[in-house]
Amino acid sequence: MAKQYETVIGLEVHVELATRTKIFCGCSTAFGGEPNTHTCPVCTGMPGSLPVLNKQVLEYAVAVGLATGCTITRNCKFDRKNYFYPDNPQNYQISQLYLPICRDGKVEIETEAGRKFVGIHEIHMEEDAGKLIHDEWEDCSLVDYNRSGVPLIEIVSEPDMRNSQEVIAYLEKLRMTIQYLGASDCKLQEGSMRADVNLSVREVGAEEFGTRTEMKNLNSFKAIARAIEGERERQIDLLESGEKVVQETRRWDDNLGESYAMRSKEDAQDYRYFPDPDLVPVVLDDDFLAQIRAKQPEFREEKMLRYKQEFEIPDYDIDIITGSKHMADLFEATVVLGSQPKKVSNWLMGETLRLLKEKDMDPEDICFSPENLAKLIALTDGKVINNSVAKEVFELMFEKDMDPEKYVDEKGLKTVNDEGALRKTVEEVIAANPQSVADYRNGKEKAIGFLVGQTMKAMKGKADPGMVNQVLREFL
Amino acid sequence: MANIISDETIEYVGILAKLELSPEEKEQAKKDMGSMLDYIDKLGELDTGGVEPMSHVFPVKNVFREDIVTNGDMREEILKNAPEEKDGMFVVPRTFE
Ligand SMILES: [Zn+2]
Repeated sequence: MAKQYETVIGLEVHVELATRTKIFCGCSTAFGGEPNTHTCPVCTGMPGSLPVLNKQVLEYAVAVGLATGCTITRNCKFDRKNYFYPDNPQNYQISQLYLPICRDGKVEIETEAGRKFVGIHEIHMEEDAGKLIHDEWEDCSLVDYNRSGVPLIEIVSEPDMRNSQEVIAYLEKLRMTIQYLGASDCKLQEGSMRADVNLSVREVGAEEFGTRTEMKNLNSFKAIARAIEGERERQIDLLESGEKVVQETRRWDDNLGESYAMRSKEDAQDYRYFPDPDLVPVVLDDDFLAQIRAKQPEFREEKMLRYKQEFEIPDYDIDIITGSKHMADLFEATVVLGSQPKKVSNWLMGETLRLLKEKDMDPEDICFSPENLAKLIALTDGKVINNSVAKEVFELMFEKDMDPEKYVDEKGLKTVNDEGALRKTVEEVIAANPQSVADYRNGKEKAIGFLVGQTMKAMKGKADPGMVNQVLREFL
Repeated sequence: MANIISDETIEYVGILAKLELSPEEKEQAKKDMGSMLDYIDKLGELDTGGVEPMSHVFPVKNVFREDIVTNGDMREEILKNAPEEKDGMFVVPRTFE
């Protein structure tokens, strides 16, 4: 009988924190700046410069630690991880090896197989590196240090996961928790959340772990799932043919669906960590922890329970809405402004999701305000505009947040309630379309749809379709 | 000298430090490193049982900055440190994973 293998997976997740400034200097973390315009002597590693810790980084790291059940290290410090690579001009990355800020946490995940806990070994604070761009013409590399010194936390899990479903559930859980805390937007595609997968296989029932590899360059949940399947197969093939798995870092190529061993930065992976003498120890007291604890938000699970009790909307809607902190905030704020929850939910579940998908956007990027959504709902509730006009206006609101009341006023989009005008138009449409009229009279019920359409068109979409239908039937 | 540095060790340290040493420099470096380690061994003779490890000599802790942008664009100044520049970036030998 063929041997049965078990996959053992642990994750190292880097999350870029949503601070305004870098971890050790007052440079902006904003995206899209011209190369090297967000740099200073500290983040370009100039001799004599002095790094000072951004307090917000510490607060976010502790908040994530508390939300994932970690023990917070009351007396922590920073260490230097030494390596030579042009993305880091200091020749060391400031990180935490000996006393990471958080340890021994766990998060609960749910897959089709049920619920389980994934342990968190530690969370530490560190700085990001610069970006290398390869210049094919000159055969050299160019370095932009705008990202150098951007704050990261690295969340290291225990090797508790056994398949890609668990890995994805774990990542979703982390992402939700961190987004709810406002500590990061956690976008895999844009790199504000990066996951490295440590994977080994062993025979079912074996006590010892097999030799593991580390997989990098995973930019989507799909790529992660594929990389896990691919690496599991590769390792099993090696073992089955009597070879050994080599402990190494591999780079996943999602287009090819395979990975290759990365040439190590230098053969020697010897980081020679030592305490950073420029940064003083961080000592946290009860008051500090109590302050952070008091600021913890209502997390997704609690929110879902409350929605079930408070709002009469389907579970499916609740699942989608609470799946994005931004959408949940938008939903709640619109309801507070007086809109009926089901109607708010309909706009979010219908048009909003459709446009997000069409434009390949993330719910976190929705730009319209709750005030404007509430106004739009009021306009349709009051039959000031009909549904198709509402959809048009919504699409513009989605594009760039604007006041629908003002827009409808300015563009004259209000439904015409002038029955005289409507009757006159209907008469004209009937006169102009004898064939359809005949069809309808001969029992082709569908022909009326065409006539309604023609009337709406003649009235520039501003009539109430129900009323048009009614008047048409009267005439026919 | 109690600590004898082997050729392999000096070669390895050279790789880590990205240094290319001439045979004479290697011999000198082996001697220097040996005497440094002897000095550390001397410190090791002290009984430090029950002494808390210390990472800083000054009794200073919790020095933070607020999350406020204080630096403007100083690209021109920063790029003065580049041996060579192109398109506002530092030029380095072709490097890639
Ligand atoms: Zn800086």
